[in-house]
Amino acid sequence: MKEMPKIDKADEMSETKIAASKVQVYYGTTHAIKDVDINIQPRSVTAFIGPSGCGKSTFLRTINRMNDTIDICRVEGEILIDGEDIYDPKVDPVQLRAKVGMVFQKPNPFPKSIYDNVAYGPRIHGLAKNKSELDEIVASSLQKAGLWEEAKDRLDEPGTGMSGGQQQRLCIARAIAVNPEVILMDEPCSALDPIATAKVEELIDELRENFTIVIVTHSMQQAARVSQRTAFFHLGILVEEGPTQDIFTNPQDKRTQDYITGRFG
Amino acid sequence: MSEHTVSSYDEELTAIAGCIAEMGGLAETTVTNAVSALVTQDLELARATIKQDGRLDELLGEIEVKLVEIIARRQPMGGDLREIMAAGRISNDLERVGDLAKNVAKRVIAIDSDLKSKKLAIGVEHITELALGQLKNVLDAYTKQDAEAARQVREADSEVDAIYTSLFRELLTYMMEDPRNITQCAHLLFCAKNIERIGDHATNIAENVYYMVTGERLPEDRPKVDETGVVNA
Ligand SMILES: Nc1ncnc2c1ncn2[C@@H]1O[C@H](COP(=O)(O)OP(=O)(O)O)[C@@H](O)[C@H]1O
Ligand SMILES: [Mg+2]
Repeated sequence: MKEMPKIDKADEMSETKIAASKVQVYYGTTHAIKDVDINIQPRSVTAFIGPSGCGKSTFLRTINRMNDTIDICRVEGEILIDGEDIYDPKVDPVQLRAKVGMVFQKPNPFPKSIYDNVAYGPRIHGLAKNKSELDEIVASSLQKAGLWEEAKDRLDEPGTGMSGGQQQRLCIARAIAVNPEVILMDEPCSALDPIATAKVEELIDELRENFTIVIVTHSMQQAARVSQRTAFFHLGILVEEGPTQDIFTNPQDKRTQDYITGRFG
Repeated sequence: MSEHTVSSYDEELTAIAGCIAEMGGLAETTVTNAVSALVTQDLELARATIKQDGRLDELLGEIEVKLVEIIARRQPMGGDLREIMAAGRISNDLERVGDLAKNVAKRVIAIDSDLKSKKLAIGVEHITELALGQLKNVLDAYTKQDAEAARQVREADSEVDAIYTSLFRELLTYMMEDPRNITQCAHLLFCAKNIERIGDHATNIAENVYYMVTGERLPEDRPKVDETGVVNA
């Protein structure tokens, strides 16, 4: 890394999609995220790894203010997306969540048709002027999610009738449909078999051309496979963050080394 | 380093390090025996040395199987990954050291006559001593995970190169003095070259030990001065 040409380095420093500084999250008196600073680059995949309970999901949820929905949860510090403070009182959380989409661990399609699952967001955000525009959005979202071939002849069937892997890609299509800039994924493959997982990972790799993706995963191999940068959390602290290849071949902190090599007691 | 949560993983890594240590010891003896057979024209020892090399090939095969298995089953990361990569490379270098020693032993049989000059024997023994010292030091550095010791081994390779250059000149002089020396000197020249290359393998091992321990590559800038090219011209 030290031998990198200077220009690359400068580019890396200047391009920041999400800038978090001094972020604290409390659940009542539990201090779940402590003083986290991180810059997340646009059009790349950043993976959050760490032992269960270390705060990965909590921190992920600060990026689209999903923690607002938890009563006892309090967030301090600053999170900027494209330089704008997302916790500014003027920011509408609903609009924010259209810009910063989320995909969850368990595929959670609505109990509606495949078409309506994808059309739901564009409808409530008024993104389509008429039916044909909406058809367009649904088709292109399903295409981007790699689901079009499997779904095009059954758009009226319920989304819940698809396989687990298809449901997860449907949820990704639903997230894409409102034209977000950032997609947050919380262990999106943990309920999927290896083939379905590989398809989602392939999709994530394609999506990073247009989106900034942050993925929480308990699989280090998955982080190594899909991400460009990796952040290791431990006990609410961001221990180390860097290019994925460095984190998995030459981590600088002993806690990271112990975790990725399977030495945590 | 602390232990893995899965203790059989530690056992597998220890077994691999043990194989490398065994290969290292065997490589050292093979070189010692080959050169001792050369300077004393001991054909019996030369034949035994050729056989000894076979065991190094076997061990390399065993290590390769172990490495592939541990990669498939454990998906090693971080320091473990570097250790496993290093073991793969180091075992290859040690196997090559064995081949080079075997080549010296084969030449003992081909020469099949006493060395013309005591001085030549001393020269070959001297370069061997240096190369073996390098091999020993780098194997110690591997066992102790000592990056600084590995770096020093790479530095010291220039001494082996320098001795080789002076041996080369000496052999050339003998050949010019009397054409009847040419056959023997040519064999000796190849022997010296083989031993110089054993030094190069020690250097490769040093670079791998350094990377294994630190996660960083040693800077590439060591200039390799080969004066034999100049003499040739
Ligand atoms: N809704 C909640 N209410 C209270 N505590 C919570 C809540 N969600 C998470 N926590 C606590 O915050 C810490 C971090 O949890 P979490 O972010 O889910 O970790 P991870 O995703 O890394 O497994 C844990 O100690 C957990 O118990
Ligand atoms: Mg979680």
